[in-house]
Amino acid sequence: MAKAAKVAGSRAMEFMKPGAFKDNARNALADDNLRSAMAMLNAGMIPNRQGAVDRLPEFDLLSQRGRELKDHVLGHLDYYLERFERNCKAAGGQVHWCLTAEDARQAVLKICRSVDAKSVTKGKSMVAEEIHLNQFLEQHEIEPVETDLGEYIIQLAEEPPSHIIGPAIHKTKDQVSDLFLKHHAKLGRTERQTEPPALVNEAREILRQKYFDADVGITGANYLIAETGSSIIVTNEGNGDLTQTLPKIHIVITSLEKVVPTLEDATTFLRILARSATGQDFSAYTTISTGPRRDGDVDGPEEYHVILLDNGRSAMLGSEVHDMLRCIRCGACINHCPVYQSVGGHTYGTVYVGPMGAVLSPALLGVAETKHLPCASTLCGRCEEVCPVSIPLPKLLRQWRARAFEAGDTPQLERWGLSIWAFFARRPWLYGIGARLAMRGLAWLGRERGRLRKLWFAGGWTDGRDLPAPEGRTFQERWRQQQQQQQRQEQHGGGAV
Amino acid sequence: MANQSSKTINVGLFATCLVDLFRPTVGFAAARLIEDAGGTVHVPEQTCCGQPAYNSGDNRNARAIARSVIESFENFDYVVVPSGSCGGMIATHYPELFSDDPEWGGRARALAAKTFELTTFLADVMKTTTSRAVYDGTATYHDACAGLRELGVRDQPRELLAAVEKLDVVEMAETEACCGFGGTFCVKYGEISTDIVSRKTANVVRTGADLLLAGDLGCLLNIAGRLKREGSSVQVRHVAEVLAGMTDDVPAIGEGGENGESRESGGV
Repeated sequence: MAKAAKVAGSRAMEFMKPGAFKDNARNALADDNLRSAMAMLNAGMIPNRQGAVDRLPEFDLLSQRGRELKDHVLGHLDYYLERFERNCKAAGGQVHWCLTAEDARQAVLKICRSVDAKSVTKGKSMVAEEIHLNQFLEQHEIEPVETDLGEYIIQLAEEPPSHIIGPAIHKTKDQVSDLFLKHHAKLGRTERQTEPPALVNEAREILRQKYFDADVGITGANYLIAETGSSIIVTNEGNGDLTQTLPKIHIVITSLEKVVPTLEDATTFLRILARSATGQDFSAYTTISTGPRRDGDVDGPEEYHVILLDNGRSAMLGSEVHDMLRCIRCGACINHCPVYQSVGGHTYGTVYVGPMGAVLSPALLGVAETKHLPCASTLCGRCEEVCPVSIPLPKLLRQWRARAFEAGDTPQLERWGLSIWAFFARRPWLYGIGARLAMRGLAWLGRERGRLRKLWFAGGWTDGRDLPAPEGRTFQERWRQQQQQQQRQEQHGGGAV
Repeated sequence: MANQSSKTINVGLFATCLVDLFRPTVGFAAARLIEDAGGTVHVPEQTCCGQPAYNSGDNRNARAIARSVIESFENFDYVVVPSGSCGGMIATHYPELFSDDPEWGGRARALAAKTFELTTFLADVMKTTTSRAVYDGTATYHDACAGLRELGVRDQPRELLAAVEKLDVVEMAETEACCGFGGTFCVKYGEISTDIVSRKTANVVRTGADLLLAGDLGCLLNIAGRLKREGSSVQVRHVAEVLAGMTDDVPAIGEGGENGESRESGGV
């Protein structure tokens, strides 16, 4: 079993490319562990969120307020970021503006080297994943220790996260038991734990010393507060608190669009975030950090740094996908996406997955490399329906499709097919002739059973489904015939009935 | 036929390409329902709403097709579509397609304002509450995505079905979840589509219903195709066939006719 987990892990790394989406999907659909993990997720997340939303009558109002707030901030981003910087510095913090992922990695490295750091603890941060910080730190002989349980699990498995909220959501409990046994045996934990509380305790006890050993603690930020220069993180395990208060240095690694004007505004988002994400009324821990330890403080870091990453976001401002910058990373769109529910997050081959990832990734990585992602959606619209800040995700997916089509990135076969179809669709008379012939042919093929089991040019359909046969003549053909008959009858009958 | 005593309500029936090609009975059923409700049905020459081009990013062709639909249908009092997907294309996406176009933008918005999905037209516009249909069986209704989320089709088909004599309707789990059709998605990503529809068919079968209904032929072909591949006996029909009492006219979707008889229905 442990070996199987390792194979699954290396497979995920090997295919960690969005261009391999179709192959990744095929592997995912054949992965029984993944399927049982996803079934658990699907059964829990959707009713949990619905329950939480139903319990808060003002959810829709808060949601609307959140959307308006984000739009306001995005319209004045420079003002609020500079205000944040001023107030962060006034509180004794330092702000590092980083245009690219490499800038951000170098900034982190420089800070780590300033205290000759050997190990860093990390709270869950998707921006750190986005810039592949762990690999980078390892290359520079700094050990990153993930302290969020999900992140810790996938770090052991050497896999990327498969979900922005639940990084190890693709793992079954059995797989976690195997992973822990394999990695913790050398630490004297030779008994295979199978119950979640025992597994959590085991991880907690092993991580405890790491908190004390770390020279630097890195967390993300759910929000940056312009009026106070603070950062906020929410967690369910309290690991973020230990990560940011015990080491000498606290680095917050985050991105431009996380800034909000006031603490009051942040509460609007806090009230919709956990409800949308996990169906909790509130996350277990909400922690506000403002600058380093002050005189008289009993704990806290000696230095407080904020890495402000752009990495393509400022180019999204005012673009067709501008609305994506409202995203608060709750993951509701992911949980409700039928495609994600089938194939899981690793299939996307990107850090951000599901509908939000399929919109964001092309902006961060380029359209050519990620061209499958906006296409691999049924555009069912459930993502937009559950998005607490009303991001029109299907519309944004279509924007990327249109851009790919204009750039000639759409596969040649698809372009030809579309051109031929559109040629006929724009000429009803010709279309009618072709349609009548084609439907007669199909109806004849399916004349006995009313359906076809195999159709050579539609394998995508018939590999998994029968194709119901058409009735025969088209509706328009039969309608006109019927109208003509009625007219003749009326003429012969002199119009009287 | 149309109610001649008051002003004639001229309804353009946009049958949709799938109904035109695969299931003409749905077109005849829609026509019968509209006429029963007091409308006069017209079927101008038509092909497709342009959605395949629009969803593939080919906005030039989507606009060209949309313009011909607008020209053909803009003079009717109402446009009725037996599909939430194609209805949504006309009612919500045509105005988006022409949002920068001073001439066609106005015409697209005008057409959008009078375009309705069939059950919405019957229940909300014509205030239909009765039915002449009888169906002895238990049905479950799948909420097709575009109708549900773009046009608010949810209660209307259920209200209309409640008036059908002898028919029981039971709700399936996750009735608002996508069936995996998604237009060209179902062939471009066939394996994922098959997996998604398998979750849908499992929910359908779990209800114990003998009939699956929906208002969109794309979803129906997909769900019927999967149910038949799984060997299920659940029958699949467009909601209009039941509402119009035309279930004896043609075998259910994906079912063969008895003794090789014609699969074609007799019309209105």
